[in-house]
Amino acid sequence: MILKILFSQLFTRPATNRFPAKYMPKSVTGFLGKIQSGKTKLVPPVPVPPRFRGRIAYDRDKCIGCQLCIRVCPAKVIQFRPEVKKIRMHVTRCTFCAQCVDACPVDALAVSDQFLLADPDRSAESLTVE
Amino acid sequence: MAEAENTFRIPIGPIHPALKEPIRLSFQVEGERIVGVEIRTGFAHRGIEYMGMRRNLIQVLYLAERICGICSISHPIALTQAVEQAAGIEVPPRAQYIRVIISELERIHSHLLWAGVAAHELGFDTLLHLTWKVREKVLDILEELTGNRINYAIPIYGGVRRDIAPDQHPKVQDTIRYYRGLLDELLDTFLRDPSVEARTRGVGVLEPEEADALCAVGPTARASGLAKDVRQDRPYLAYGELGVKAITPRDWGLEPRGDVYDKIVVRLLEVGQSLDLIERALLEMPDGEITSFPKIPALLAHLKKAHGEGLGWHEAPRGEVIHYVRLEAGVEEPVVWKVKAPTYSNLMSWEPMFEGQEIADIPIIAASIDPCICCMDRVHMVRDGSEATMHKEELLRLSREKTRRITDHGSRITGLGGVR
Repeated sequence: MILKILFSQLFTRPATNRFPAKYMPKSVTGFLGKIQSGKTKLVPPVPVPPRFRGRIAYDRDKCIGCQLCIRVCPAKVIQFRPEVKKIRMHVTRCTFCAQCVDACPVDALAVSDQFLLADPDRSAESLTVE
Repeated sequence: MAEAENTFRIPIGPIHPALKEPIRLSFQVEGERIVGVEIRTGFAHRGIEYMGMRRNLIQVLYLAERICGICSISHPIALTQAVEQAAGIEVPPRAQYIRVIISELERIHSHLLWAGVAAHELGFDTLLHLTWKVREKVLDILEELTGNRINYAIPIYGGVRRDIAPDQHPKVQDTIRYYRGLLDELLDTFLRDPSVEARTRGVGVLEPEEADALCAVGPTARASGLAKDVRQDRPYLAYGELGVKAITPRDWGLEPRGDVYDKIVVRLLEVGQSLDLIERALLEMPDGEITSFPKIPALLAHLKKAHGEGLGWHEAPRGEVIHYVRLEAGVEEPVVWKVKAPTYSNLMSWEPMFEGQEIADIPIIAASIDPCICCMDRVHMVRDGSEATMHKEELLRLSREKTRRITDHGSRITGLGGVR
């Protein structure tokens, strides 16, 4: 039984998606450079489902500064900026439960499909939403 | 334990390559045979209950989800039920069905994960990769339904946070069909494989009387032939309407022996049972509201007013999980939060299971109860005081000291509300 599955596996494609490249590049920076110059292509990640909980998107103009999101956030991601009555989110701490999205009374917060958030600098621009 | 002349002590852990989580097992061996085992826990204590008593109830919900990475809906379900009982919140029927569907999907992924780990412990890595490959499908459907692969963040006090849309029904039914077709193959590869049988038959036997006396729960107890399942014994959510029957090896046509083989039988058959439950729940799910508190500020206000205590339970993939909370009016945090994870009840079954076995069988016997040490560790001894150093005089002295302390300072004895 298991032998049948194993032999059939020799002729089928691998179950895993080979993101970002089919084989480990010799040099990662060289690989990234090649992508930028268009010499090679990135193997795309598996598409996410429609209601995926990625990085929280923030609409600053809609925000009324009620601080309800700060009250419900389990990871204490959100910081209040009293001078402008808006919020700042530190994505490195986020647990992606999207409770703030449910709590927001004016729909200023939404889930996005972004999940590639790795960065060596934890206060990088891509990891701070404001 | 008196050490005979020809017995040796093999300590394993707290940190050891064979263990996935920190626990110390100290084996007494006579040649290859284990004659005794001492278990010491408390190395993965995280103080989660203490943290919970300093956060408001909505934040506690997500903390409870992170007690265990695999049972990431079992703990929130038990907690929401406890809080709903304490605060007198009704859960709409549709929300109950959605909770059932997600928790049964979780059971499938947990049991497949365990089956892979068991195959790995036996040295059958081909089967590990095969089982974990097919497990991806249930994680995909969980991501589709909830938005997250592992920590689903679905239950909330008074309901659930996401509905199952009509266009998602075919996707769930596809998943059910996929696993139906696959389950027979999995049963065949696990249960009719001579090498798996040789390594698991008669290994790590837990007699039904021992399982009963040691209060084993979940698949560990059911493999010994005890028809014990919280979903059957104390129905909650929609389980009463769906009608769950505890699965024992008798359903596979075998008399239960309580060994590792029987534990594989029970877990794999439960995957089939979960598929049936999901299919029926999808069909019978009534229309209506998914939560009785659509607005978060109203929920927070209601929880702040709530006063009372509640007990919530759930049959997690590993067995019965219980949460106890006590709420006080005017306080946002729970005054008491107590968690009993299934491994806590199953840990003591290790002792009779290890007795008389070979050293090479330690990994598979340890894995057979599906231990989750960090869920279980609720107490940590700060001072390493083993019972051997605690004599009667010492206890008497401590007792007298406490009396003196209380009478001298006039401090009152704290009741249940104290941090234990």
